[in-house]
Amino acid sequence: MVPTESHAYDVLVVGAGGAGLRAAIEAAASGVSVGLICKSLLGKAHTVMAEGGMAAAMGHNDDRDSWKVHFADTMRGGQYVNNWRMAEIHAREAPDRVRELEAYGAVFDRTPDGRINQRNFGGHRYPRLAHVGDRTGLELIRTLQDHTIHLGVTVHMEHTVIELLLDDGRAAGVLAYDRERGRFHTFAAKTVILATGGVGRAYKITSNSWEGTGDGHGLAYRAGAELIDMEFVQFHPTGMVWPPSVRGILVTEGVRGEGGVLRNSDGRRFMFDDIPDNYKPQTASDPEEGWRYTQGDKEARRPPELLTRDHVARCINREVKAGRGSPHGGVFLDIAWIKEKLPDAAAHIRRKLPSMYHQFKELADLDITTTPMEVGPTTHYIMGGIRVNADSQESSIPGLFAAGECAAGINGANRLGGNSLSDLIVFGKRAGEYAAAQARQVGAPRIDKAAVERAMGEALAPFERTAPENPYKVQQDLQESMQALVGIVRNAAEMEEALGRLAALRERAARAGVDGHREYHTGWHTCLDLRNLLDVSEAITRSALERRESRGGHFREDHPDKEAEFGACNILTRRGPDGGMVVSRVDVPAMPPELAQVIEEQKS
Amino acid sequence: MQATFRIWRSKAGEAGRFADYPTEVSEGMVVLDAVHQIQADQAPDLACRWNCKAGKCGSCSAEVNGRPKLMCMTRLNTLDLAQPVTIEPMRAFPNIRDLVTDVSWNFQVKTGIRKFRPRAADAADGTWRMSQRDADRVQEFRKCIECFLCQDVCHVLRDHDKHEAFIGPRFFAYTAALEMHPLDADDRLGDLKEHHGIGYCNITKCCTKVCPEHIHITDNAIIPLKERVVDRFYDPVTRLLRMFR
Repeated sequence: MVPTESHAYDVLVVGAGGAGLRAAIEAAASGVSVGLICKSLLGKAHTVMAEGGMAAAMGHNDDRDSWKVHFADTMRGGQYVNNWRMAEIHAREAPDRVRELEAYGAVFDRTPDGRINQRNFGGHRYPRLAHVGDRTGLELIRTLQDHTIHLGVTVHMEHTVIELLLDDGRAAGVLAYDRERGRFHTFAAKTVILATGGVGRAYKITSNSWEGTGDGHGLAYRAGAELIDMEFVQFHPTGMVWPPSVRGILVTEGVRGEGGVLRNSDGRRFMFDDIPDNYKPQTASDPEEGWRYTQGDKEARRPPELLTRDHVARCINREVKAGRGSPHGGVFLDIAWIKEKLPDAAAHIRRKLPSMYHQFKELADLDITTTPMEVGPTTHYIMGGIRVNADSQESSIPGLFAAGECAAGINGANRLGGNSLSDLIVFGKRAGEYAAAQARQVGAPRIDKAAVERAMGEALAPFERTAPENPYKVQQDLQESMQALVGIVRNAAEMEEALGRLAALRERAARAGVDGHREYHTGWHTCLDLRNLLDVSEAITRSALERRESRGGHFREDHPDKEAEFGACNILTRRGPDGGMVVSRVDVPAMPPELAQVIEEQKS
Repeated sequence: MQATFRIWRSKAGEAGRFADYPTEVSEGMVVLDAVHQIQADQAPDLACRWNCKAGKCGSCSAEVNGRPKLMCMTRLNTLDLAQPVTIEPMRAFPNIRDLVTDVSWNFQVKTGIRKFRPRAADAADGTWRMSQRDADRVQEFRKCIECFLCQDVCHVLRDHDKHEAFIGPRFFAYTAALEMHPLDADDRLGDLKEHHGIGYCNITKCCTKVCPEHIHITDNAIIPLKERVVDRFYDPVTRLLRMFR
């Protein structure tokens, strides 16, 4: 059996969200040939769902902002297990990357003097998020997409990568199938950039689209690359909870940035009851001060609803567990109350939060300008991923680069809202730049025909199985296990149970099968996705077991406090010599004294 | 409660047919939920394109009871469940399999539209200034999620098959976003008239009616573009002036 088609590029980008597109732009602009593979149609990637904005210390709305403050905010948000160099590069370069988008045609919301307007967001000291209403992700992806199509990049839409190919330990390309016909394609490439996004589909309640199956994580891991920080999963505090079919869909933090408040069933603003010590100096002492902050008063401090996502999610979880939740198991998020403060509040809300207004109106029959929303935590983002060199984004496999959500390091234990979109463009650009430079230095790769043959055989096995497992059911059971056992609040016993269930699910996945043809066969695709979902689920669980403390997105009720020992290490996951998963600890990269000084200065 | 979904099943090169799938429905469900449930329980090979399931990506376009819709935003309580609910692929594009259509023509059309070309920067640091008012005008068009429902419903494409000569409402809105972009310095009026077939549109507003983002495609994009084309190429005074220039 041979693949139907073979393609060759200098640089191959896998994934066409913000990071993949930005990488493709940079590589193509430098003159090398670029192929771009995406699972969906171009412009549909999960980036499109980002709402709030992209963080960049441009200082348009508050000139006290600078890269140093942004850097310190990112490190504090990540509880200091971030890769300091990535946080530094990100904070320094994000403003230029945002301005560049404007030169590509993006139309951001404006300040009164005509510059890019910036909004407040959780964990950011100053208003910092360049935004377009609450559809910033759409603006980002469309801008990059429309720029890319004029650069000679070859786009392979609706192709899914199933194997990363190596040549003598170097990345050499990939094997993929096209969804439309189910044909196999080999892509030879001198360098490969993974920009495949997240893993949310390992959980039952998630804001992620179907694409978030951890493909890049799984492909890199199975090829021998190192993953780090896999225990750090971000549960966004505000997802929709009702009706059931929309459970998990994101409700932007922008609602709170515009003055929305969280209340329990007693009507109490419970976020004022639990403010962590290291955030106390920056948090409002009463609701009035919090309101003034959201309206741009530079003397006011932020309301506790805008504390970091990990903390807000746990507080909501606690209210629900204590029986003070909303009717459908969430809490109330109220933006309608601002009518007490603003004339014509309804029109203001519709202007500032158009897609939220639309989303609740159409999916829940609820008018957010008059009625509080019901919200609860939803699996949103993984801080962990492929371990990369901070400057070049190259992984531990030569010639293999990673950018965006599937790469790790910048966010540490918890990502600040708004840092993701800027991460995509900062590190997407760098990955494209370094991958293109390396591609010019190396010769044409050799495709390992035996590996291709083996991978195609494995991919077609689901059609051969008699009395197969239903792949959809295996996926659902996996999602339920991860949701129940490795969610917001974790403990050793439940995670051990999860490992047992994952082992059983692996056996079931190996029996999962389908009948019939290969054309746009979603059941077959699900069979092939299971490998990645199982690998990332196991990596999350093993890493979470190893980190016997609570930090950022990782909370253990059996170890509820931070431990200095773990503050000095990242958890690394890789495939052992026998094929089993091995976790170990590595030191958090040591920060140079001048940056440590920056953090100290910002602590007040 | 049970409802029946009458779904188009087809494969390349063969005539398609409808098949009925009864399934359990509950409060708050949308059409895409029903399709997923049918995939999981009865028809694992049912082909359906979707992505975000939140009305933001524009992947799950289909014709529900004959009306162009996003399946993820069509709630079952807006449909008569006493009758079978028909779900068909978009009919203005070639069918690939079941509910999936080949929309690649749209991506080709876009590459033929002159790209954004910004004017020289306004400030010494290389940045521009624009007012929110000017931004608002194009942001309306930039809301487009490229679901192509407007293309599906446009009779110039659907009934008259003018794909070679007419770019369709989606790309008039796209062109309008560029032409009205506060920073853009290029000119697409000649292309609109000569190559993009703006004259074929007879403003029946079908595109506007089906737009899930409620973009006023006809009133705010197509008509102003038509006016600009007319002003440039057909206004007698302008033509006279041009003769003496």
